[in-house]
Amino acid sequence: MSNLFNIDIVNPEQSFLSKDNVFEVVIPAVEGEIGILKDHIPIISFLKPGIIRVFSESEEQSFYVEDGIVEFKDNTLSVLTSSIFDLKDADKNFVSESISSAEAELSKDNIDDQKRFLLNHKVEVLKSISIN
Amino acid sequence: MPSLDDLRKRITSVKSTQKITKAMKMVAAAKLRKAQENAEKGRPYSEKMNNVILNLSKSITDKENAPKLLVGTGEEKVHLCIVLTADRGLCGGFNTNIIKKAKSYFEKIISENKTLKIITVGSKGYDQLKRQYKSYIVENISFKESKNINYFDADKVGKIIIEKFEKNEFDVCAIFYNKFKNVITQIPQEQQIVPLNEDKEVSGNDNDYEFEPDEDEILSNLLPKNISTQIFKAMLENSASEQGSRMTAMDNATRNAGELVDRLTIEYNRSRQAAITKELIEIISGAESL
Repeated sequence: MSNLFNIDIVNPEQSFLSKDNVFEVVIPAVEGEIGILKDHIPIISFLKPGIIRVFSESEEQSFYVEDGIVEFKDNTLSVLTSSIFDLKDADKNFVSESISSAEAELSKDNIDDQKRFLLNHKVEVLKSISIN
Repeated sequence: MPSLDDLRKRITSVKSTQKITKAMKMVAAAKLRKAQENAEKGRPYSEKMNNVILNLSKSITDKENAPKLLVGTGEEKVHLCIVLTADRGLCGGFNTNIIKKAKSYFEKIISENKTLKIITVGSKGYDQLKRQYKSYIVENISFKESKNINYFDADKVGKIIIEKFEKNEFDVCAIFYNKFKNVITQIPQEQQIVPLNEDKEVSGNDNDYEFEPDEDEILSNLLPKNISTQIFKAMLENSASEQGSRMTAMDNATRNAGELVDRLTIEYNRSRQAAITKELIEIISGAESL
């Protein structure tokens, strides 16, 4: 029996990625990373800034996402996100810009703890990208 | 009767107008294809979003504490209307149709003694509404600078709505836009986005989801996004409708100009012939009198 399932990543403008031969996807859910295999129970969660890793038979792909919602049902993983890019075509300028804007946001006084946590995390992830 | 020279001038002017409308039609046709493609590409996102929200709201048992964006504030006093129109004219009844639909809604609200607030997106809507409803318009947004419809713009509108909602500035929010059916038909739509209408009950789909974190938190994270998504969808539909409407309008204009040129040419030829005949008669009768 095959252990493959489908993944659909859509952003508001288009369908970003659609594959039917993945065997594992790791998503940065808001309460920690989740690895999803075939026949996972139905789940809805949302994302924090991080890397989605998609493992298919032939290759491994990584995408940076800022936020979004994931739904897994009937062996189809749907990821809805408004900001996503493939790590392979990561734009150095864009990454460093995002880091500095996030840091600027962090230096403001009126943000709550949850936001601070998310922003800190975002900076961390973005920095790890620019090192690679 | 206009002189030959006047007729000739009119024919040239109508011909050059025809050239412009023809060019506009072709530009609109090219843009329409792109806009339609974009609208189709954007559909899966909003559909999936709807599905997730539907599943979530079904699993919420405690209606009392559910997020206000979903169930409303419990009152219906202040209505916020988002009127989405184009930034440019010359597109037939496109803008007027949305305005007409919106106006009938406004009248209803006012006659029920409720408070009305209007946000116009797109300059044409503002131009048409400011005469009559100036005092109700709270904001006027235009995305003239952005060449393409993008999610970023829709998100800006969404954020304004959320901000106003959090400040308790309105109870009910509705958006007005044109739904693209086909090139000739665009249907003006009125859609309520706050509180969310739950008329689409899907039965027999009781999947038990696992939620992480809990339903409430996901919903309160998701609902603001849904508003932006709905606005984005409306903007996409609108841009396809605008191009479709412009294409039809310009096609008609080109045809009318063609008819006008034909008529003017006949008139021109007739009066030229009349002048020649008159001259001939003068010459002949002059020769005869000798």
